Amino acid sequence: MISATFRKHGVRIAIAAALSLYLGGAHAAETKVTIDNFTFTPAQLNLKVGDTVTWTNHDDIPHTVVSAGKFRSKAMDTDGTFSFTFTAAGDYQYFCSLHPHMTGMIKVE
Amino acid sequence: MSTFDHDHHDDSSNTDPRVSRRRVLECMTWAGTGVLWTVSGGVPRSLGLVGSAMAAEPAGMTFLQISDSHVGFDKPANPNALGTLEEAIAKIKTMPIKPAFMIHTGDISHLSKASEFDDAERIISQAKLDVHYVPGEHDFLDEEIKFYKDRYGKGTKGAGYHSFDASGVHFIGLVNVVDLKAGGLGNLGAEQLAWLEQDLKGRSKSTPIVVFAHIPLWTVYPEWGWGTEDGARALDYLKGFGSVTVLNGHIHQVMQKVEGNVTFHTARSTAFPQPAPGTAPSPGPMKVADDKLRGLLGVASINFKRNDQPLAIIDTPLQG
Repeated sequence: MISATFRKHGVRIAIAAALSLYLGGAHAAETKVTIDNFTFTPAQLNLKVGDTVTWTNHDDIPHTVVSAGKFRSKAMDTDGTFSFTFTAAGDYQYFCSLHPHMTGMIKVE
Repeated sequence: MSTFDHDHHDDSSNTDPRVSRRRVLECMTWAGTGVLWTVSGGVPRSLGLVGSAMAAEPAGMTFLQISDSHVGFDKPANPNALGTLEEAIAKIKTMPIKPAFMIHTGDISHLSKASEFDDAERIISQAKLDVHYVPGEHDFLDEEIKFYKDRYGKGTKGAGYHSFDASGVHFIGLVNVVDLKAGGLGNLGAEQLAWLEQDLKGRSKSTPIVVFAHIPLWTVYPEWGWGTEDGARALDYLKGFGSVTVLNGHIHQVMQKVEGNVTFHTARSTAFPQPAPGTAPSPGPMKVADDKLRGLLGVASINFKRNDQPLAIIDTPLQG
C-alpha cells in the first residue's frame, strides 16, 4: 500500500515535470524580430530551446524568412507575421528568399 | 560614385576608338543624373524628350519593354498600380509606330495571386501585341509556384527561360529570381547557363542579341541586392557578338551602361518608383508627390536598324 502511494506520487511528479519541460516551463520566451527597411532587427538572437520567435514585416514590400532545411515562411505582406518555435539547439542562419542580402542569425542552446 | 562596381576594363583587345568615349559615358551614367540622355552617337539613346523622340520616324524593327507592373500593390507609393498599368497600355496603343511585340521583364504581380495575374492579363492584352515574359521574384510567391508557369511557362525551360528570333535579332529571356542564396544576389544557376551556352553555340557573331531578365545582370548596387551573382558568366558567352543589349527591370528606374559590345539598360516600373542606389535607407517603394509619380513610371521602346549597330532605346514616362 505504502509503496503504491509513493509510486502514484512519483508518477504525478514525473508527469508534471514532463509537462513543464514540454511547455517550456518558466524558461520559454517569446521574442520579436521586426523587418524595417529590408533589415532584420535584431540581426542576431541568443535563445534557449523552446523559445519562439515572431517576425513582423513593416515594409511595403513582402519578405520571407527561410533557414535552409529548418523553416520557411510564406511571403509576409505588410504587417504579416511568421512564428517559429526552436525545439533543437543549434545555429540557425536565415535570410529573405526574395531579397537574399537580408540575413539574420539565431543561436539556440 | 566610388560605391559602385565600376571596374570594367576586361576587354583590352578592343581597339575601337569609341571605347574611351564609352568609358566617359559610363562614368556619366553612374553619376545618376539625366545627363546621359543628352548623349548620342555610338550609344543607344535614352531620351527624356518624349515628344520629339516619339515624333522621329524610326526605321527597322521596334519592340516595347514594360516591367514591374506589381498588380495588387496598393501602398502609399501608388495606391492604384493597376490603374497606372492601364495608363501605360493606353499610351502604347497611341504610339505612332506599332511595335512588333512586347517584352515584360517581371514582377507582373505583387503577391502572385491568381486575381493579380488575371487583372494584369486583362489590361496588358488590350495592347494587342504578343508579349514575351520573364518572371520576377514577386511572381513566384504562391504556395505551389504554379500560377506564373501555368500562364506564361508554355514553351519555356526551367522556371521560364527561353529564346526566340525576330527580324534577324536573337532574343534570350533569362530567369534570375529562383534559388537565391543567403547573402547573395540574383542567380541564373548552372543548368540555365549550360542552356545559354548551347543556345548561342554556332550562332553568327553578327547576329544582334537582346538578353532580358528581371534583376540586372550587371552589378548595379550589391548592398541592395541589385545584381546577378553569376551574371558575368552569362556575359562571357556573349563576348564576340557584335551587338548585345541587356534589358532588365527590378530597380524601378532608368539606368544605362555601355561596356564594350554590351549595352545595359533598366526600365521604369509601371507601378512605383524606387530610390537611386544608396540615396535611401532601403530600396523600398519611394513615395513622391502625387503630381510627380507619373513622371517616374513608364515604358521603353527599342528600335533596331539593320546594318546600323547602335540601337535606340526610348524611355517614355507616363507623364512629363
